[in-house]
Amino acid sequence: MMPGLHAPDQKLLWACGGILGLLVVATIVGHVMRLAIGNLAAEGTIANLNQRIGSWWVMCAIFGSTLVVGPTGSLVLFGLISFLALREYLTLIPTRRADHHTLFWTFFIFTPLQYYLLALKWLGFFIVIPVYGFLFIPAAMALAGDTQSFLERAAKIQWGLMICVYCLSYAPALLTLDIPGFGPDAKLLLFLVIVDQINDVLQYVFGKLFGRHQIVPSISPNKTWEGFVGGTLSATAIGTALWWLTPFSLPAAAAISLTIALLGFAGGLVMSAIKRDLGVKDYGNLIGGHGGILDRMDSLIFAAPVFFHIVRFFYGS
Amino acid sequence: MKVSALGGIVAGAARFISGVQASWRDGAPQLRQSVFFANHTSHLDFVVLWASLPADIRARTRPVAAQDYWDRGLRRALAVNVFNAVLVPRSGEDRARESRARSTIDRIAAEMGDEYSLIIFPEGTRGTGESVAPFKSGLYHLCLKKPGLQLVPAFIENLNRVLPKGQFLPVPLISRITFGAPASFDPLEPKLEFLARMRDAVCGLKER
Repeated sequence: MMPGLHAPDQKLLWACGGILGLLVVATIVGHVMRLAIGNLAAEGTIANLNQRIGSWWVMCAIFGSTLVVGPTGSLVLFGLISFLALREYLTLIPTRRADHHTLFWTFFIFTPLQYYLLALKWLGFFIVIPVYGFLFIPAAMALAGDTQSFLERAAKIQWGLMICVYCLSYAPALLTLDIPGFGPDAKLLLFLVIVDQINDVLQYVFGKLFGRHQIVPSISPNKTWEGFVGGTLSATAIGTALWWLTPFSLPAAAAISLTIALLGFAGGLVMSAIKRDLGVKDYGNLIGGHGGILDRMDSLIFAAPVFFHIVRFFYGS
Repeated sequence: MKVSALGGIVAGAARFISGVQASWRDGAPQLRQSVFFANHTSHLDFVVLWASLPADIRARTRPVAAQDYWDRGLRRALAVNVFNAVLVPRSGEDRARESRARSTIDRIAAEMGDEYSLIIFPEGTRGTGESVAPFKSGLYHLCLKKPGLQLVPAFIENLNRVLPKGQFLPVPLISRITFGAPASFDPLEPKLEFLARMRDAVCGLKER
């Protein structure tokens, strides 16, 4: 066996099989709904649903294959996701010509550096962006000399680096965590992604089925109390049932899953507020039916760093 | 006509780096001898416009580019071998300007023959991206020489942020290019009206 490729982990395979089964069921349900419902008003929603399911197949295939390749695969995948997310974000953010060099550094120095440090398993990755990146950005912009909306421009670029690179990089950073009796293990990343994304999906499903009362109408008509409660509870239940993927006990798995679900909701809400502020519906159009990369990753942005620190604090060596 | 693998690779790379999203307002483009003309904000403009064209049209389309920038070293190799560019001198401010501009148009028309389409930026120089400058008369004189050309306007957005004037390193933001409905040339239309109409066709493609 080649170095880097590890023997297939039974539990990992079960989880992947479960995802595969879910995709098959979702695909069948989507097609049945398309055939069964002649209601014109619902047609657009169902077409969008089927497009979303199609995209899920692609995303699961990409994520699953990088998990199997090993830590390098996940680092490359998330590095690419960060790069594309940053590109979507900074395209929508108004910048000025004087910001050009700062933007270049953001894309081509700080983004690769963050993932390179992770590849070295150096825990200093915690501080590189929040300390050096955040000080570097305004310094470079001050040198460029353009003071119009200076603070605003600097803060917007810093926030882009924060969400698209720093926060997202916490997901593959899970692979560097050495947990006594469990080891650095891809199952931890899989657990986070499953609970976080299934929470998104279930909030959407419960919202579509039962949604009546909007939580924050000024941000999103689609985020309802019914969707939030139904999604959070069922995602917590699924996360708890997946405790065997993790070093957690059953109650701990429940508490951590609930935390992931709540943070996922917060991430989605914040990223939607930014979209309303910028006057756009989606961050991009890379993922059919979903929008851009950032539209899919919004919940992970908040959940990944907190999940990492919980695991490190309570289970780390 | 050059259809090279290298051209396909360069076009793909240009599309990835610029993240360009091309849209055709008036349906798919036709394989007819055309002039594609657009607003000009970046050295990458013609590369991205060229890369956004379907492969068969791209192979028959030659950008017009400034000789002083592109006629050097690696840039020249790219311009000549990959883009098949027509390199022309920029018009100066001296007395010989008028006659030199005429001979440039003659040369461009000759290089087009009956086969090649052209990419030009009628503003003549790169702007900041905020407004579109008045068009220079080259487009008009070219149409007088070759009145049958299909005139395809395009509007390029965000490339001025990808590679602004005076910068060397590109930043990979997503840019957008919108092609409009083809227009045609009417020899009876006065020069300034024609140029204003063409400029309006480009500006009208700007979103929002």
